[in-house]
Formats: sequence, structure tokens, C-alpha cells
Amino acid sequence: MMPLLASALAVLQQPQSAPPYDPLGMFPPNASHNAGTSDWVFYFIFWTCLVVLIGVCVATLWFAFRYRRSKVGLIPQDSPHHSTTLEIVWSVVPTFFLVAMFWYGFKDYEDRREIPNDAYEIHVNAAKWSWTFTYPNGYQSQHLTVPADRNVRLRLSSPDVLHSVFIPAFRVKLDVVPGRYNWLWFRAIEPGVFPLYCTEYCGQQHSQMDARVTVMPDAEFDAWLAKESDWGALPPEVAGLKTYGANGCVACHTLDGSAATGPTFGGMFGTQKQLADGSTVTYDENYIRESILTPNVKLAAGFAPNLMPSNFAQALSDQKVDWLIALIKSKGAQ
Amino acid sequence: MIFPASNALQRTNYLNAQKGWWSWFWTIDHKRLGLMYLWGVFAMFAFGGFFAMMIRWNLATPDTNIWDPELIPAATALAKMDAYNRMFTVHGAVMIFLVIIPGIPAALGNFVLPIMLGAKDVAFPRLNRFSFHLWILGAICFILTFTVGGLDTGWTFYPTYSTGSAGKAVIFATLGTFILGFSSIFTGLNFVVTIHKLRPPGMIWFKMPLFLWAIYATAVLQILATPVIGISMLLLLVEYTMQIGIFTPELGGDPVFFQHLFWFYSHPAVYIMILPAMGVMSELIGTFSRKPIFGYKSIAMSSLAIAVISFIVWGHHMFLSGQSPLMSTIFSFLTFAVAIPSAIKVFNWVCTLYKGSISFATPMLYALSIIWLFGVGGLTGLFLSTMGVDIHLHDTYFVVAHFHFVMVGSAIFAFIGGIYYWMPKMYGRMASEKLGRITWALNFIGFNLTFLPQFVAGTKGMPRRYFDYDPEFAVYNWWSSIGAAFILVGMVLTLIAVIQAITRGRPAPANPWGGVTLEWMTESPPPEHNFEGDPPEVGDPYDVSLVEYKNELDGFVPAKPMASDPNMYDYRASLKAGVAHTNLHP
Amino acid sequence: MTATAHAHHGPAHLQHHFETSEQQFDSAKLGLWVFLLTEVLFFSALFVAYTSYRSLHPEVFAYASNYLDTNLGAANTAVLLLSSFTVAWGVRNAQLGQRKLLIMNLIITLLCAATFMGIKYKEYSHKYHEGLLWGGAEHSIFKHNQFMILDAVKEHSHAWNEGVPEAGVAAVKDLSNDQRRDVSIFFAIYFCLTGLHGIHVLAGMVLLTLILIKVLRRKITPEYYTPVDLGALYWHLVDLVWIFLFPLLYLIR
Repeated sequence: MMPLLASALAVLQQPQSAPPYDPLGMFPPNASHNAGTSDWVFYFIFWTCLVVLIGVCVATLWFAFRYRRSKVGLIPQDSPHHSTTLEIVWSVVPTFFLVAMFWYGFKDYEDRREIPNDAYEIHVNAAKWSWTFTYPNGYQSQHLTVPADRNVRLRLSSPDVLHSVFIPAFRVKLDVVPGRYNWLWFRAIEPGVFPLYCTEYCGQQHSQMDARVTVMPDAEFDAWLAKESDWGALPPEVAGLKTYGANGCVACHTLDGSAATGPTFGGMFGTQKQLADGSTVTYDENYIRESILTPNVKLAAGFAPNLMPSNFAQALSDQKVDWLIALIKSKGAQ
Repeated sequence: MIFPASNALQRTNYLNAQKGWWSWFWTIDHKRLGLMYLWGVFAMFAFGGFFAMMIRWNLATPDTNIWDPELIPAATALAKMDAYNRMFTVHGAVMIFLVIIPGIPAALGNFVLPIMLGAKDVAFPRLNRFSFHLWILGAICFILTFTVGGLDTGWTFYPTYSTGSAGKAVIFATLGTFILGFSSIFTGLNFVVTIHKLRPPGMIWFKMPLFLWAIYATAVLQILATPVIGISMLLLLVEYTMQIGIFTPELGGDPVFFQHLFWFYSHPAVYIMILPAMGVMSELIGTFSRKPIFGYKSIAMSSLAIAVISFIVWGHHMFLSGQSPLMSTIFSFLTFAVAIPSAIKVFNWVCTLYKGSISFATPMLYALSIIWLFGVGGLTGLFLSTMGVDIHLHDTYFVVAHFHFVMVGSAIFAFIGGIYYWMPKMYGRMASEKLGRITWALNFIGFNLTFLPQFVAGTKGMPRRYFDYDPEFAVYNWWSSIGAAFILVGMVLTLIAVIQAITRGRPAPANPWGGVTLEWMTESPPPEHNFEGDPPEVGDPYDVSLVEYKNELDGFVPAKPMASDPNMYDYRASLKAGVAHTNLHP
Repeated sequence: MTATAHAHHGPAHLQHHFETSEQQFDSAKLGLWVFLLTEVLFFSALFVAYTSYRSLHPEVFAYASNYLDTNLGAANTAVLLLSSFTVAWGVRNAQLGQRKLLIMNLIITLLCAATFMGIKYKEYSHKYHEGLLWGGAEHSIFKHNQFMILDAVKEHSHAWNEGVPEAGVAAVKDLSNDQRRDVSIFFAIYFCLTGLHGIHVLAGMVLLTLILIKVLRRKITPEYYTPVDLGALYWHLVDLVWIFLFPLLYLIR
């Protein structure tokens, strides 16, 4: 009993971050700082269970063979019908191992739930059936790129149904629940490209809702992000489209001429626009600029005041406003 | 008390006492209801199994799918995905609500339970018939989902998908689940009252067959857990039809609240499925070892322990839903507690084999293989209850393989084993041993081939409910689909074996296997009211010395006139006293 | 196979598979108690919903409760308590073979149930008129986006325009979007709980009517009064649920 107790207590000293351990090759690449811990716990349970299972099955086969009816006849030998000692042994001994498993799992889980304060936050929006990753500088992408050796946390949100982020190589997974934020974190340890899946069934294209996770060396990451977010190098209307997505215009304004919460951007440029006070105005660069920065002054007919945020004078640089104008122009009715 | 086998079929029995389909449809005889449940479950098993095969066909390789352009040229990629999503949903919902949950309790339990008690029927025969009619109505509701585009929510009905995006089929499916829930509640209620009030004098609780203990524990779960799924389904229905908002964030509700309600039922439901299987296991292992079951009280009490603990572990399905870490920790810890009573049962079964007289009749082959299958299914549960490991394994094929090992490998295998075991009693005819063993081998090999590779696909990271997958998972899916083909052949042959037995099997003796429980003390098939005259006296249900083999009958008969003092027939005492057990021929 | 087909020595009401009347009565009683347990669990999910949402937004529940008419709720409580008394008296009448009293008590119970449903109908129609509905309902004044609230409802809804001035309760139009959304959950739970309870009252009325018919056809005797006993038990549960609903919904202050 003492060695058992000792091994149960040794659990308390389980290392924070175990080296990669996958003797049977059952896991995907080991690409985050605590993937090794999770694998180690998995194999701890695996070997324990294997011993029990082999024991039970060998005993079953041996008894069945040794005491087969064709050999022992219809009347078996006398044998006990119960044994309190055995019952206690096989209730108590497994308990030690179960507590050990629970404890390992608990430690590992706690480690994953306690998000370091310095973590780099990326916002993940999961909508049927694609991912949008938004970086602190507003840059958005359909795929995830993270620096190696830096703590990264993902803030998860969904506008429609349940989804779940799963990056097998990092051994992380968390549901994306509409109406609330969930957070998960990891620290990637080796550069590479890994898959990201949606693991909560979300309808028709659930199986198509995947993304690439690229881990790049920490030193290269900031430069990469700056380059990717430098929209000045792009044609203005393309930069405008990115601004349109990144700054939330997309939520209320369509580009195809259909009505939504706000007036559409499609097919408007150059037309005469009906206003709420009954007058009309030419839909030109000045009108667009004014409507973005002071939305309530020349209110479009059919829309209530104060629906649109009035902080874009601060939130958008002149350059971004210009890009948006270029976008609306490119969708205009020439 | 010796019934010449050839005569029992020709005498008036419950099968031929009344004639015409109406005498079946409107019967209140628990035996007839049990048989009708059995055939209903067979039909639904074929229905759900068809979709299982379609799923495996679709997943055989990364790019095959069942809607081959040559077969259905017009099917677009999206239409194929829609069809696939409907298939796994219907497969899951039908197999759980219409096959496994009613399988052992409603079909086998209905047939066996009153006879085991020496009773003429269950406590409320008309309620029993009502349960069955509700079951049919529920089944019809599920079939009707196809008339409105098919159900594609997954069997879990999670909002906000089920309340927002899904089609009208949700209405039929939630109604169907609600109705089936009440069918299940009434069956459980009937069994609880029957066991409490109709036990014969002399059958104290600890003289009850272990199958009845298991059914009792199951019935308690059915009564206490099922109302919660009933109300969740109603809430989902009003949410879907009237936007009541309790599960919808935009209306102030919370989708995770539904998950709590759902798993408050659906985790105990797992034990509603597995506990009766454990009961069947105990009967089979005891009878075919010709030895009193080892640790009777431990097995009986572990059924109750499992029933109690199963109510407080539902949160382990939700480690990743965003529930508080404290709750996850508590649920994880309690989940490990369920492992102990489950393990106790397995250890006791193995010890029963020790120094027994082991027969390899078909039912016993199923029982022996369940020790491996339930071992794998149960032990892989430990990985999933370990919070840190569950993060990686949750919602992958590891989970799929885990619950198939428990639900199919254990529950369905025990169901088939139980059918073989009680078939002589049901129809008065023996099934073919040869065909039985072949089908067992096909089922066993096929099952392992199908689901063992899925564990690895899961640890490698393949998510469940996927229409297609990355090429790295191809090899596991290929073998999995090959295994499914084995199961298909095995199950079709099993059905053929059952039909062959019913139509052409050799007449069965009253007690072909040497069981000691009361259903073996009446004719095969039993008369209309289960026993001619008064039911036999109750002895120890596992004292095999109470019956002895008669060569000329190829079956067992009561060894001695029953004495009023059961201690006299204590098996070991009788051996020590040198009581002659003359017939040693197997 | 019918219950009478089997030769059995015993009174006419004794079913074939029971040995004695006592066994049959005990079984029926145990069965009903178990059924009542499932009923309690059936309601429990809604009580859990009530508890969790109220603990999240206690002030919202206190606010919304002001829109329920305590007088009507109290009247309904009184009506149901009276019906519980009459139905309990009815069981005693059945045991003693007082047929006329039993019929009278059953009728009074049924009348009480009908009164309850009448008052409930008045409450519901008032709520509908005022737009005091869950957020997803078309006529609701508790929609998250105020532009989605129907003008027709806004115009004649006192709750929207004035609130409850005598209790110092703010008008709904002065609430923020999020507050309105949270209040809507109170009404969602209110309608689910009282609706489900109402369905149980209706079921109880059907049950009591069937029992009344049995009494009128002289099927109930002092030796066999199980249906009256069980019907009364069920009716007590229906009352009991209301005894919980009334303070939980109407009396939040």
C-alpha cells in the first residue's frame, strides 16, 4: 500500500510543462507549450487502463478456457460466492489512480484557464461558416497567424450559433457561444502551419469551416503584421473594402444596393439623395465624408437618427475615409 | 413440473390464445407488448442502421461520397452536405430514443420482468399498452421529419441552431422526443410499482434477480430524469415557434442553459441505456457459468450507486462550453466516482467465471465479448472525464468511438445476447447455435474494426459530424468503413437467425440454459397468465443446484421438490452434505 | 385479453393480476405518487430557469412583477385553495359513501377550476393588449430594438407610456434596450410557468369530470374509491404548484 500512496502523492509534483511524449504516434504535432503535458496525462491514463484491461481480459479468457463446460462438466467445483476483501481491494485501489487522473487533468485545465496578463489578444469571430481573426491594430484575416514563444489569447464571439475553436496541434479547444465572450490561450513553440477546425456542429457547412494557423518566429511577427496591415500599398478601393470590414460598416450598410439597418453604399455615387427633412443632396465625396463624420446632420430619408455611431471622426483617419469614398465610388452608378 | 417440449407449442399459450392483428394491437399482455416493442425496435434499428451505413460509405475515403455523380448527377456539394447532416442526426436520434432506450427495458424487460417476479402482469397493464402506443406515435413523429425537409440539428438539438436556423423538422422531432419521453416515464413507473407491489412472498429485495435490480435502477432514472427532457423539448418548441427567448441571447436568454437541461437528462439516459445491459450481463454470466453470481450484493448495490451518481455528472459534457471552472472541476471529480461501481460489476463478472462450468452458447459469447467491449468503452471514459485531456478529445472521433463502445458494443450486444437467451421463452423455439456463433464473430470483429481506428482518428484531431476530412485521417476511416460492412452482414444474418429460429427452430424445453429465475419455471412459450396454476415457490435466483439437466429433454428441470426452507438448498451446503448431482453431461 | 376474461374470485373492480383489493389500491397510489414526482421534476426546469435568471437580474424581476395584477393572483389562489378543500372533502365523502355530497364537492371543485381559468384568461388578454409579452412576440413592448415595437401597441399601452405611476414604476419606453430585453425574459418565464400550470388545470378538469361521470354511474363505492382518491391527489399537486407560483411571480417586492 505504501508505494501506491507514494505514487499517488508524487502526482502533486507533476511538471508544469512536460517534454513531447508520444510513443505510439497517436497525436498531431506538438506545437504549443503545454501540449506535452496533455499528452503525458493521456499516456498516464492509457498505460494504467491498458494494464487493467489486459488483466481483466486475460483472466476472462483463461477462466473461460480453463473451466469450459466440456472439461469440467455441468457441476462446477465449490468456490466462494463473494469476498469482502476482494470487493474492498478493487474499490479502493482504483480510487487512488482515479484521483491521480483527476488531479493531473485538473492541474492541466487550470493552467489553460489562467490567462497570463501579458497575452497578445486576437479577437475571433465565428460565423456560419467562416472565421474572422481581428488583430489589435484592426487587421483582419480569414486565417490565424500567431508569433511563436509569445502568450496569445483568443477572444471568441459568435453572432449566430454555437461554434468551437479547435487547434489540434496546440491541444486547445473552446466553444464559441453567442451572447457571451469565451477566452482561450496558448503559447506556440515551433513555427509551422497547422489546421484549425470548428468542432461544434453549426449547420450545413460545418465541415468546411476550417482555417490555417501559421506560427511564425516571434521576431518576424510584428513586421509581418505591419506589412499586412499597410493598406496604403493596395488600390484605394481595396483598402476601402478592408476598412469597410474592419471598422464595422459591413454590419449596417450593404454594397449591393439592398436595404439594411443603414442605407446601402451600392449604386449611390453621383445620384440625387433624398434626405429625411425632404430636401435632396448630391451623393458626392463631400456628402460621404460629412455623413461618416457627422451622421445626424444630413439624415437619409427613411432612417432614424442616432442609429449610427458618431465617433468616426476619432476612429477613422482621413486616409481611411478617403479609402471608403474610393470604395463607394467603385460601387457607384457610373 | 416437467413440460414435454414438443407439446408446449401446441398447447394454448400467450401467442395463440387470441388471434387477429387487433388482439395484438390492443393487447394488455406484457409478453405481447414486449414482443411488439422488440419488432418495433428491430425496424427502427434497421432504419437507423441504414443511415449508419450511408455515413460510413460517405466517409470511406476523403473524396468518395454516396451521391456519386453517376448516381445523382444533379446533387450539388451543398445539397450533399445537407443530406449528410440529416443522416447523422437521424442515425443518432433514432438509435438513442427509439432503439437503445426502449431496447432492453421495454422489449426484454416487459417480457421478462413480471414472469421473473412470478406475477401475471405488470402493475398497470393498460398504462403499459399506452406506453407502447406512445412509442409508435413518437416513431411516427421522427419519420414525419422527412416530410418537412429532414432534421439537421444533431440529436442534441443545441440552440441557437435548432431554434434559429433549422427547418420545420425541429417541430416533429421535439414533439417526438417529448412523446417518447412519456412512453419511457410510464414504462419506468410501471416497473417500479410492479417491483415494489407485485413481488411474491419470499422474494425479499436481496433475492431478486440482478436483471430486476438493474431494471429497477433504470426505471428510477427514467422517472427522475426524463421529465426534464420533456420540459426542455417543450421549451425548445415554444422557442422555435413563438420565440419565447429563454435560449436566445438576443432575447435575453442563454443557449448554455439548454445544454444544462439537456444533459441533466441525457447523461442519466446513458445509464438508462447501459444499466439494463449490465443486468442482462449478470443473468448471462451467472447462468452460463452454472455458478451463483459472484458478489451479488455488490452488483445490486452498484446499480443503485450508478443511478444516483449519474444525476450529478452531467456537466462533464460541458467542460468547454464556458461553464465556470469550479463547476467543471466538481463534475470531473464526480464523474470519476461513477467508474468505481462500473468497475465493481466487471470484476464481479470475471470472478463468477472462476471455477464455473462455462458454456459457449451464443448468448454467453456476447456476454464474454462485452467484458472487452465495455472495458474499452468504460476506460476510455476516463480520458474524457480528465479535464485537461478532454480539451483535446472533446467533440472528436475519440468521443464517437467511446460512446459507440458503450452504447453499441455493450448495450446492443447485451440486447442481442438477451434476445438469444430469452428467445426460447418468447417463441418456444431454439435459435441455431451455428448461425448464432458466426453472426457473433462477424459482429464482434466488425465492431472492433469499425471503432478502434476511430480512437486514433480522434486523438489525431478529426472532429465529429464532418462531411469530409483531411487526407491524414483517411486510413482510419477506410478501416472503419470496412468494419461497418462486417457489421452490416452480421446484423442482417442476426435478423435471419432470429426469423429462422421463430419459424423453423427446434422446440425449446422449458429451461434450455439452466436458469434458476422464475421465467424458466414455466413453459416455453408461457401460458396466457404466465404460469399454470400458482407460480412456483421462490428460491435463491442463482442457486444452480435447484435445477438439474435432463438428457431426454435437452434442458433443465427442478432438481427436487421445493422445500419451504431455502437454506436447505444452499448450494455449497448441499455439495458438502454429499447431495447427489447425478447428471454431469453437458 | 381483458381484465375480466380470467377467472378470478374477487370483487368486480379487482383486476386479474392482483391478489387483493389492498394490493391494487396500494399499487395505484404508489403509481400516482411516482407520477406526481415526475410532474414536480417537469416543472423544476422552469423553476431553475426562474432562479438563475432572477439571481442574474433581481432588479429586473422586481420591476416586471409590478405589471402583474396581485389582486387577480390572490383571487386565483383563494379559488384554488377552496377547490383543494372541496376535493379533499370529496374523498372523505367517497370513503363514507355520501354520494350526494361527493357530487356536490366535485362540482364545486370543477367550478373553482373554471373560475381560475376565467381569471387567467382575463390576465392573459390584458397582458396581450398592453404588449406585456416576451421579446420575441410580435406585440411585445420588450423588444431589444425599439424600432421593432409596433406603433399600434405603443399607442395604447399604459406600461409603455406611463409605467405604474402609483407604484413609482418607470415607463417601459424609458428603459434601455438591454433592460427591456431582460424584462422580456421575466415575461417569457411567466408565460411558460403559468401556461404549463394552466394546461395542468385543464387536464385536472378533464380528470375530475371523468371521475364525476363514474360517480354518477354509481361506479364509486366505499370499497372502491381509488379514482376519487387519485384524482384528488393530482388536483392537490396542481394547487401546490400555484401556491409556489403566486409569491414567486406576483409578490416580488
